Amino acid sequence: MRRRSIVLNSLIGVAALAASALIGGASSQAASDGGMAPFDPAHAGGTIKLVANAAAGSLDPKINYTGQYWELYQASYDGLLGFRYGDGKASFQVVPDLATALPVMSNGGKTLTFTLRSGIKFSNGQPVTVADVKASFERIFKVSSPTAGSFYNGIVGATACLAKPATCKLDQGVVVDAKTNKIVINLTAPDETIISKLAVPHAVINPASSPAKDAGTTPIPTTGAYMFKSYDPNKSLIMVRNPYFKEWSHDAQPSGYPDQIEYQFGVTPTAQVTAVENNQANWVYDPIPSDRLNEIGTKYATQVHVNPLTAMWYLPMNVNIAPFNNVKARQAVNYAIDRAAMVKIFGGSQLAAPVCSFLPPNFPGHVDYCGYTKGATPDKPAKAWSAPDLELAKKLVKDSGTAGQAVGIVVSDDDVNKQMGVYLQSVLNSIGYKATVKPISGNIQFTYIQNTKNKVQISVTQWYQDYPAASDFLNVLLGCASFTPNSDSSINMAGYCNKSFDAQMSKAMSLGLTDPTAANKLWGQLDQQVMKDAPVAVAFTPKQLDFISSGTKNYHFSLQYKMFVDQLQTK
Amino acid sequence: MSLKENSEAIFSESPGKIALRTLRKDKRSVISLSILGFIIAISLLAPVYAHFIAHTNPFNSSLDATTHVGGKVVPVLEASTTGLGLGVTPIGPTWNPTGYFLGADGQGRDVMARLLYGGRNTLLIGASAGIICIVLALLIGVIAGYRKGWIDSILSRLLDVIWAFPVYLLAISLSVVLLTSGLKLGFIHVGPGSFALPILIIGIVYIPYVARPIRAQVLSLREREFVRAAVGIGAKDSTIIFREILPNIIPSVLVFVPIIIALCMLTESALSFLSIGVQPPQASWGTIINDGLALLYTRPWVGIAPGLFIVLTAASLNLYGDAVRDALDPKTRSRGDA
Repeated sequence: MRRRSIVLNSLIGVAALAASALIGGASSQAASDGGMAPFDPAHAGGTIKLVANAAAGSLDPKINYTGQYWELYQASYDGLLGFRYGDGKASFQVVPDLATALPVMSNGGKTLTFTLRSGIKFSNGQPVTVADVKASFERIFKVSSPTAGSFYNGIVGATACLAKPATCKLDQGVVVDAKTNKIVINLTAPDETIISKLAVPHAVINPASSPAKDAGTTPIPTTGAYMFKSYDPNKSLIMVRNPYFKEWSHDAQPSGYPDQIEYQFGVTPTAQVTAVENNQANWVYDPIPSDRLNEIGTKYATQVHVNPLTAMWYLPMNVNIAPFNNVKARQAVNYAIDRAAMVKIFGGSQLAAPVCSFLPPNFPGHVDYCGYTKGATPDKPAKAWSAPDLELAKKLVKDSGTAGQAVGIVVSDDDVNKQMGVYLQSVLNSIGYKATVKPISGNIQFTYIQNTKNKVQISVTQWYQDYPAASDFLNVLLGCASFTPNSDSSINMAGYCNKSFDAQMSKAMSLGLTDPTAANKLWGQLDQQVMKDAPVAVAFTPKQLDFISSGTKNYHFSLQYKMFVDQLQTK
Repeated sequence: MSLKENSEAIFSESPGKIALRTLRKDKRSVISLSILGFIIAISLLAPVYAHFIAHTNPFNSSLDATTHVGGKVVPVLEASTTGLGLGVTPIGPTWNPTGYFLGADGQGRDVMARLLYGGRNTLLIGASAGIICIVLALLIGVIAGYRKGWIDSILSRLLDVIWAFPVYLLAISLSVVLLTSGLKLGFIHVGPGSFALPILIIGIVYIPYVARPIRAQVLSLREREFVRAAVGIGAKDSTIIFREILPNIIPSVLVFVPIIIALCMLTESALSFLSIGVQPPQASWGTIINDGLALLYTRPWVGIAPGLFIVLTAASLNLYGDAVRDALDPKTRSRGDA
């Protein structure tokens, strides 16, 4: 998952353990286990003002693929299933939303049977029917949703829909009965991750009359607590209460507090901070500029919320072209980078922590180890990273025979990423390379570094978890299936494909269905094993910083969608 | 000087000597040249300052570096210890020339040392681009104006094409394309990080601004009696150009030189500020302002200092250009001396 531009890069390969472990008994949990407190009408009302540098493109929930708007969709759109409103790990639970309960699985896992809740209306007053459900699934293909081919290609009839989106029919794949409100989803094969896939915004239910193309800036009627009143990507996005909304599941779609949510665009990050300081806005979307961090941490400490993320900043190295087709060169980079220095560039030790392991701390399968720190080797790792080893890095570069070679570092053009690139350039030059920094627009950098045509040697990028499963990191980022040469969608940026490693990951995924503990232990071993090959250099694990105005209360943080905007209170 | 003395001086000295004498007496010229000389001198001494006075390498990141302030060892990048402890702030100006005189940037590098190195690069690129621009513009302007006909038409349309683009838009477009992959023209291969690229790009975009007035002047001179006389006695084209045309347009060209160099320097700073000019770890005043942008609230000097140097240099060049124009213009000189 990317923080801004791409929310879920891939669910393919995400182990079933996440979904299967989370769905059981998740429908009726109390606030004490991390869910939301009961709605308090005394705090309802007012307007929440959000500020951002830029809008995030189409408002169509089947098209948009950004964290910026997925954060809003949680309060406005609903699928048959949804992620739970709750703090911390509770937010990873999949709960029934428009469906009355979690699906009944039959036919060896290939058939899912739901019952649609009755009495729910769209924000235009029309009742939600099973016909809308069927049409919504067909619309995924008709509008060529970014995940149509990866998340929903297992539905019977999806192959034909992918081939001819305009005439998509899922008569066999999504069978509905208007009399009983039953919905049967038929799959071509069991899919352990289907529960999670049905809970993300691309699977929300829209009116059957929704256009069979990207709705763009025209709001599509919602089912949730809020609806979109207006959207101008150059100016603002306004959400108001859905007049037809009545809370049906406090876990899936609780009532919100503000009467209106206004998202203002075109505000620079530093102006965003000033606006929140002056109570002219409630929340800053963009990362806080580095020279304002001390100010807000000192003068506005009570308004700052820092939450851990299971994520990493890392440097994929292209294992298929020089100089990083040499394992010693890749190991040299791992030894050379001063992870504490990179943490400083990111904003300091309160906002990030140095790591070497591929699986982040507090993540299934994570093991505290670092094979690339002073005094350690991949075979005899230390417990944690302590300092770089430049001398060993220089020796490895010399031994690799790659000294003096040109290395291009591709980074995103925002301030922090550029600074990371300049630092990395300095490090690479110091160990014997001739490095150049290539900052390119953040809108394209993530796809640019994936495409082998661009011959990217090393880059700086980030990965944020989709689900708490080790495969979401190791299998997605380093699996052979994730490497597609000459494609913008080749998330295995290192181009690392090790058949033996792949087989071991498959074994770990299978083991996860029956023995998660043993599987996580195996994932931990695989983490250490793959880092001996050093296809990437992991730098640090970041934290999420939210800065809210002094009059804003009831902050809650979801690990899935970040802050719950609709739960903020101004009264 | 009386009118009589002035007239004697005019008849006894060459125009060049008169112009130089006038420039020496012109306060604008003296002040602007002094400022320029100072800036050029300290910029050329950048390695001396960095290695022997500040003892720093301004091209390497120094995120863990320390320095001495008031007898104490302090980190160059200091993590906040107040409140929530968020953020890391570079050291501010120590006003001590032996280290971090103007403070550090986000990479822990000495801003003063980078400012001096940046001056070298900005002035080098500005002056080189300016000279390339003047030479090519002179060539195009003289050929187009003297030959007229289809040659003039082709060259003039070429200038029109360049002229049609807003200068910064053209410079940015060329920079974005060329800085990504470098320049490959037959056997000529210029790498993406080479200074030759911004020099060439900036030099080219200003050619029409100089070539068109030169062409117009040559067109006018070509019809003057002394040129017709030269043609009448059978003088070669090259003789006419070098003996009759060029001496009459050189004063105008000389006036252009400082002004175009100032423009080129400003353009270089703008491109570097946009990260499409001088590439890291090299510095120019534009790149340092860019670095300072992220530190505007906590360390404003990182951005202000190169901005001041740009203002001083551009103002001095323009002031000197005015003085040169006045010195080379007999009418202005006569009015001024009378």
